[in-house]
Amino acid sequence: MTSGEAEVSRQRLISGPGTLLVWLYGVMVVGAVSRSAYQIATEFDRAPLAYSLSAVAGLVYGFITYSLVRGGETARKAALACCVAELAGVLTVGTWTLIEPSAFPDATVWSDFGMGYLFIPVLLPLSAIYWLRRGVPREDAA
Amino acid sequence: MLDVLTLVTGVAALLLAAWCGWAAYRDQPTKDWHFIGMAVVTLLSLIQLVAGIVLLAQGEKPEQGTTIFVAYLLGAFACVPAAGFMSLAERTRWGSVTVAAGGVVLAVLEVRLYDIWGG
Repeated sequence: MTSGEAEVSRQRLISGPGTLLVWLYGVMVVGAVSRSAYQIATEFDRAPLAYSLSAVAGLVYGFITYSLVRGGETARKAALACCVAELAGVLTVGTWTLIEPSAFPDATVWSDFGMGYLFIPVLLPLSAIYWLRRGVPREDAA
Repeated sequence: MLDVLTLVTGVAALLLAAWCGWAAYRDQPTKDWHFIGMAVVTLLSLIQLVAGIVLLAQGEKPEQGTTIFVAYLLGAFACVPAAGFMSLAERTRWGSVTVAAGGVVLAVLEVRLYDIWGG
């Protein structure tokens, strides 16, 4: 790493459509983290797997939100990797909840592909991957 | 009483979403009038928050639990202002889209609040 790189202002990931992505990820962070915190604190034994998965989802959302706000090439790659992991998680858990409902006495954020959250959990990583893949132009297109 | 407030706030949130969606469609950022609209919706959710706390103080119990009820009230109150601040930083149509999304999220929260209260 050269010392000059740090001087260059970081590539902004939250201009244009990125604003909407950060907003939706922020909403999901609040939703998933507060939900799992409440459920783990009050009734963890009822559905440990479901509540743990919600907590993991909240952490992943939190990391992606932070990466988007921070900006820069490293953050873009990290966020992209997390979005792929998130998409894999949604698809795995979504399928799992449909095939084996008995493993989930209570819903997770990712149950039924995020149906309880207007399918945002499955749509969000798709649009985020699309947004992050092409990189953001240096100048705002406005 | 709370149900009426929930309904009014939800409808106002959807109207705000439609209005800002229209601005985005016309490729416009949020303007002063939109921010007045956001202030009205925020005021409604603040009244709802206060009314909810007063009802709790009077000994009424939400069907699905007090903690969840208060958490949703706080979330509903913070929702539109947060989107509004983001649209201040993003002076393009995407700021308007963000506020529109905030309105839709608030409307969903109002539906959940209605269920949680047990209306």
